[in-house]
Amino acid sequence: MRKFDTKVQHLKYKVLREVARLAWKDTLLEHVMDIPKTIVPGNEPTMRCCVYKERAILGERVKIAMGGDKNNPNVIEVIEIACDECPVGGYEVTNACRGCLAHRCEDVCKFGAISFDHNHVAHIDKSKCKECGACAKVCPYTAIVSRKRPCQNACKVKAISMNEQKAATIDNHKCIQCGACVHQCPFGAIMDKSYILNVIDIIKKSDNNEKYKVYAMVAPSISSQFTYAKLGQVISGLKELGFFTVVEAALGADMVAQAESRELAEKGLLTSSCCPAFVAYVKSAFPDLLKYVSHNLSPMATLAKYIKDTTPNAKIVFIGPCTAKKAEAQLDEVKPYIDAVMTFEELQALFDSKDIDITTLGEDVLDNASYFGRIFARSGGLSDAVAQGLKEQNLDFDLKAVPCDGIEACRMALLKLNKGILDGNFIEGMACIGGCIGGAGCLTHGEKNKAEVDKYGREAFEKTIGDAVSQLK
Amino acid sequence: MIFVQVCVGSSCHLKGSQDIVELFEKAVKDHNIEDEVVLSGSFCIGKCNRVGVTVQVDDEIHVGITRENFKEFFTENILKVIENERK
Repeated sequence: MRKFDTKVQHLKYKVLREVARLAWKDTLLEHVMDIPKTIVPGNEPTMRCCVYKERAILGERVKIAMGGDKNNPNVIEVIEIACDECPVGGYEVTNACRGCLAHRCEDVCKFGAISFDHNHVAHIDKSKCKECGACAKVCPYTAIVSRKRPCQNACKVKAISMNEQKAATIDNHKCIQCGACVHQCPFGAIMDKSYILNVIDIIKKSDNNEKYKVYAMVAPSISSQFTYAKLGQVISGLKELGFFTVVEAALGADMVAQAESRELAEKGLLTSSCCPAFVAYVKSAFPDLLKYVSHNLSPMATLAKYIKDTTPNAKIVFIGPCTAKKAEAQLDEVKPYIDAVMTFEELQALFDSKDIDITTLGEDVLDNASYFGRIFARSGGLSDAVAQGLKEQNLDFDLKAVPCDGIEACRMALLKLNKGILDGNFIEGMACIGGCIGGAGCLTHGEKNKAEVDKYGREAFEKTIGDAVSQLK
Repeated sequence: MIFVQVCVGSSCHLKGSQDIVELFEKAVKDHNIEDEVVLSGSFCIGKCNRVGVTVQVDDEIHVGITRENFKEFFTENILKVIENERK
């Protein structure tokens, strides 16, 4: 059964699992130094030059699994010794160049950066090259490749650069915590800080939910995760871990859709505020456009606020696909409502740290939200929900939504909004490709994920946003 | 003042907590006791049941409330309490 997309995720998972295993037993302090050797027991290296480097890197991973560097406010952290110092050359001609006659590369280059040697082999003049990639696209032998680092390629906000040691460094002012680099680095040298120790601590100190109740709030993208088991079994597993009950963040999405459609009808022009990475991007790259960002809290924070208002001693752990949610939970306006955030990857580690095989459990139920709240998990879902919200509340407003997934699409829409040439009146901004189902904290990123979310949406007991929200008075 | 929390957690939700919320709203209005009853929701009171919805009235937990037995429940636990308070 394949649980993860990559071996990097699997390695990260093993570290989280071992840290959690010790934490449940209260023996983390005594045995934390043994974890690297538990994971790499032999004398033969399997990943790096030697077992000692492997273990040294694992030591760094253990630190991040325990909350990471307290002096670094960013939830995304680089493990310098794990960074393999990938080449940074940009576009280069490889030996696949046959020295052909056509010279498409030369013709397409607007900057005159391509010349040929006496063997007719192409060369790129780095002082003229603008890294546009046009030559690579037209070469019939695909002989021109980009040697950009995967982390830099993944980072669409250009927050990653190289330091003197050629290791990646993150500009915290530009970083929006989307986690794209975390998911893309082939050496696993960038990780999101983990707060599983806080989660374990919250569960333990609740004394079986006697002292206070611990709520697990799951993001709707969970429907595309844990595909080896049934969703109902995941819910049973969460209760087995010690959560009092499980609620759907999608109900918060229903509440947001209702409020946001009213706000849109009133203001006439709006962007969504659900995706914390998108909001962080607007803050850092388009501060003048902040006035258009919806004033609603995210679905996570909206529902958490409701729960805490009605159940004063509740503790709430959000479980989702998102690394940026970890940063959102630290914002002053969200902090009072959310006690910890973890990803689906981390949840898998927690299950296994207690040896809970969810496939053997019975199926519990999960039903709080409507179809529309649930489809927030995929690109376009929020726009559909706002359209429905306008309809249900009889608001006379001609919605023209611009659903954007991925930071590049968001950037285009925001640039147009800035220039006043946006063909639309509502920007749905999602930092990850495909929406939340493309999040960095997902176990798997499959083709079928969107279909799974839609299916889960259709299974909702409530068909309208109004029905789902109406019970909350 | 009576605080009423109707469970809208997944289990009760599927057993019709929305109906119970509506019945409550209507009953409170019909008896003109809006100022004496505070209605709110709750996500799981921890008494998931085979039949009906869980409702917490102040510190007391009642399970198995359905459309059918709602009237009886309301008279016993809300109206009578208010009457006693007034005395």
